[in-house]
Amino acid sequence: MDTVLKIENLGISFGGLKAVQDLNMEIREQQLYGLVGPNGAGKTTVFNMITGVYKPTTGRFFLCGENLTGRSQETINHKGIARTFQNIRLFNNMTVIRNVMVGLHNQPEYKCGIISSILRLPRHFKVEKAMRKRAKEILEVVGLLEDRNNLSCNLPYGKQRKLEIARALATNPKLLCLDEPAAGMNPHETEELMDIIRLIRTKFNVTILLIEHDMKFVSGLCDEITVLNFGTVLAQGKPSEALNDPDVIKAYIGG
Amino acid sequence: MKKIKWKHYAVYFVLAFCALYFGLQASAGELSFSTLLQLEQATIAMILAASLSLVVGFLGELSLGHAGFMCVGAFIGGKLSTILTEAGTMGEIPVLLICVVIGGLAAAVCGIIIGLPALRLRGDYLAIVTLAFGEIVRSLFRNAPESLFGGNLGIRTPRYDRNELFLIGFALVLVTVVVIKNLIRSKHGRAVTSVRDSEIAARACGINVTKYKLLVFTVSAFFAGVAGVLYSYSNYQVSSAKFDYNYSIEILVMVVLGGMGKLGGSLIAAAAITWLSNQLQLKLTGDLAVLKDLLYALILILLVVYNNAPALKNLREKLSIRNLMVRIRKKHDPSKVHDDDAKWDRIPTKIMVDEVLSVDVQVKSPYTPDKAKKEDK
Repeated sequence: MDTVLKIENLGISFGGLKAVQDLNMEIREQQLYGLVGPNGAGKTTVFNMITGVYKPTTGRFFLCGENLTGRSQETINHKGIARTFQNIRLFNNMTVIRNVMVGLHNQPEYKCGIISSILRLPRHFKVEKAMRKRAKEILEVVGLLEDRNNLSCNLPYGKQRKLEIARALATNPKLLCLDEPAAGMNPHETEELMDIIRLIRTKFNVTILLIEHDMKFVSGLCDEITVLNFGTVLAQGKPSEALNDPDVIKAYIGG
Repeated sequence: MKKIKWKHYAVYFVLAFCALYFGLQASAGELSFSTLLQLEQATIAMILAASLSLVVGFLGELSLGHAGFMCVGAFIGGKLSTILTEAGTMGEIPVLLICVVIGGLAAAVCGIIIGLPALRLRGDYLAIVTLAFGEIVRSLFRNAPESLFGGNLGIRTPRYDRNELFLIGFALVLVTVVVIKNLIRSKHGRAVTSVRDSEIAARACGINVTKYKLLVFTVSAFFAGVAGVLYSYSNYQVSSAKFDYNYSIEILVMVVLGGMGKLGGSLIAAAAITWLSNQLQLKLTGDLAVLKDLLYALILILLVVYNNAPALKNLREKLSIRNLMVRIRKKHDPSKVHDDDAKWDRIPTKIMVDEVLSVDVQVKSPYTPDKAKKEDK
């Protein structure tokens, strides 16, 4: 299987603090990859680096062989990495379907110039209709079709998380990065989310990298994981092996 | 058959109706000189308010230099109209149209020039830069060679038939509203509002934030320039003194009064403020004229308090237009109305008008330590 994301010696320091050091990871196509670790281990920092929010101080990362280190957030998104946020960042004053349509904005098939929008040329209506249709399809997969005309801020927490996933999916990514997708969900919702994640992996042919604290979620879902602590890699490999590593147990339980 | 959403077109109908109504009256010769002047001023204010509403209400950035863009349009358009009228090769209307376009474009170019560096800034800092821009433009025109822009006195511009000018004004308002509304209600408009709601999420969705900020800034500047040209026609004379900081604030008051992200509201507020300002100018003479500016400040402070105070949330919901509509619909057909429909709060925008104007709005929380202590005893 082809490598989708390759991370080489990635590291970042804020002043004297080395938030992440010497991270090496390889995520293959269609894999469900987990990034775990105690609080403050640098997991979200890794996400921020590979999505262009932070510029890494050392190392490089490649998406399908293309070096994307230091590129802007927009470019990285265009190249095929989409993400969700740990603290939900939806477009609160828009309806659910419009949130997804913002995600569709840059797809080549929905290209429509500013002039044709202002003059309401046929192209505008065609594109709007196509975007709406596609957005509905995506919403159906995550189970939000019924809520499509509600304001996103009025959705319950679990659905807001799903909407974030839908919006990220709309950008047609090769790699989908989910930052704690199950946070704040009840066990029933978590089960449902696991099914959804499995479904979108096959349906959208996407590779998924996720951060999660819920170990049941991680071991039930992920093919491979990396455990971080204080910005360095503790263990890497299959969930059952990596989570039983003595270093990992020590980091979590102490001692 | 797709249902047409009439509420999206209400603005156009109201504008067309106003134009028709006043047009008929004017052609019957029933409108006085001062009424015609006020109508012209109202259309200018409407264009300004609509264009600023694009930046403040939809993009969520605070621009305090809107009068500066208008100044560019007024001077460039005014000068051009003088030259073209003196040349005398074209009729009045073509000259006016050319001036409107050129004046608007000149302002739009300024919008791009100022926007490229300034839009990397955010919030208060952008407000400061645009404020400085407004003042710089004003003094540039004042200190330009007198043969060109007339120095302190400004330039004189050709006269135009008053009975027609306000109709042209209404036509330009209509163009402004159509362009802005179409822009907002398209994929590009969605991108702009997504930047307002969460810039970082917009970037993560691949939205080119800088491009859209620049687009909005340019379109907004263009129409401010158009308003400037209209002003030069309406006033016969353009001098830089008009386009000061207070005027930018006046436009901002219109936008805030009309409601953030509410185009129709901004237009109504623009007309209302113009009328109010004219009334005050008649009543407050001599030393009392200062009170006019004070009133704007007062309106702005009250609006900020009203829109943001948590204690007034219930009152806001009660008085909102949405609540009124829900009640009307309830009377009409109760089955279609949900209780949640009336629950709604104003769009919170990134800009905090109170911060910029150093008006501190602090609402006491219901919990006060004093009370708690008493209960302990």
